[in-house]
Amino acid sequence: MFPLRLHDVRFQPNGRKVLDGVELELGGEGITLVLGPNGAGKSVLLRTICGLLEPTGGRIDWGGGARPHLGVMMVFQHPMMLRASVLENVALALKPHGVPRIERRHRAARVLDRVGLLARASESARLLSGGEQQRLALARAWVTAPRLLLLDEPTASLDPSATAEVERIVREIRTDGTRILMTTHNLGQATRLGDDVVFMSAGRVREHAPVQRFFARPASDEARLFIQGELPWRMNF
Amino acid sequence: MYGLAATFADAFALLATFDHRAVEIVSLSLQVSVSAVILGTLIGLPLGACLAVGRFPGRSAALVVINGLMGAPSVVVGVVVYLILSRSGPLGGLGMLYTPAAMVAAQTLLVVPLMAAIARQIIEDTWQRYAEEFRAMRFTWLQSVTTLLYDCRHSLLVAVLAGLGRAMSEVGAVMIVGGNIDHATRVMTTAIALETSKGDLPLAIALGIVLVAVILVLNAAAFAMRAWAMRRYG
Repeated sequence: MFPLRLHDVRFQPNGRKVLDGVELELGGEGITLVLGPNGAGKSVLLRTICGLLEPTGGRIDWGGGARPHLGVMMVFQHPMMLRASVLENVALALKPHGVPRIERRHRAARVLDRVGLLARASESARLLSGGEQQRLALARAWVTAPRLLLLDEPTASLDPSATAEVERIVREIRTDGTRILMTTHNLGQATRLGDDVVFMSAGRVREHAPVQRFFARPASDEARLFIQGELPWRMNF
Repeated sequence: MYGLAATFADAFALLATFDHRAVEIVSLSLQVSVSAVILGTLIGLPLGACLAVGRFPGRSAALVVINGLMGAPSVVVGVVVYLILSRSGPLGGLGMLYTPAAMVAAQTLLVVPLMAAIARQIIEDTWQRYAEEFRAMRFTWLQSVTTLLYDCRHSLLVAVLAGLGRAMSEVGAVMIVGGNIDHATRVMTTAIALETSKGDLPLAIALGIVLVAVILVLNAAAFAMRAWAMRRYG
């Protein structure tokens, strides 16, 4: 699966350049944070890698082979919750893996323990708080032991303590050997969590650098302005 | 005025004494309609889910047909089933005509499109919210359908109730394929029609009261169950 290489990947529905020739290479370890202003193409990039969107051009090379059927999972900003228990919502992810029902429940319970939700396993998933639902969504991905985990702004609407808990879980998932690619608008989170940063704007990867270097010496003016909180389009006024 | 009051009094007396004719008719009605709804549930709900999730050539035409058949006149369905089950029909050899089994078949044919159309709408609304995550988890088409049916189980009670209401209240199809034979194929609706035409209003009214009561009780139970599910699952 790794190195994962994106060559000139384009997603241009009706001529609109959402991804405009993305070049990116990801090794097999670590947490990569994708930064960039709204509309930069971050979420579309994740959906394209996940296979939810078909690129209109370019090529995605999965370590020299084809896209793996399993082994890539994605967690969304607003994860869906079945009208079922917390345990059932996690066990659900193992269905496509052909895991027997009893084994699914055992594995789900083990992961729920690691995300701190085992005590609530029998409760309805829809009645959990936003932070707890996001932890459940992470557990749902984690239970499948993915090689690559795509996280689309998983802490966007969470309070600081829920964010810290999600970050702890993300680190643990990484320690288990899962490669993580995550979008965020939280620059503090990027410094706390990331090994490297991919900076995107206007559908292109402008910079891919280790976290410390990106924040200390951004290569482009655009990235520097983004870090300083200055939006390029505001600079035109 | 006195006559109307006396008629109602006689009707309630029939119910209070569990009149054997009324009990027999109500019992057969429930057996036929519940059987038809069970078959309708087994066929109509998965069919609705397949139409909600599936994207295949002819899907739009299938939706038009299913929606159109929702309002198919029951006498027409009765005639179709009659032709199929009559001696010269393709299933004439089964000898089902004028039996409760024929009535179940006719009612099943009536409720399947209704249940499928309602189920399709309910499941498609949910599918639009879940599709991306199901695809990200690499769910197969069948896994998506079964999971959606499970997730929508409480909302799908509406489809089941609608099917039961249609099955219990229809006259035309069961009259044609059942023949309204005493002690054999007489159900509440056909008995009400017959007894009214004969002027035996107490039995017709008694059966009418039972029919309405059954439907009200089932709706109340479904409402309570849905309210419980909303509290339990959100």
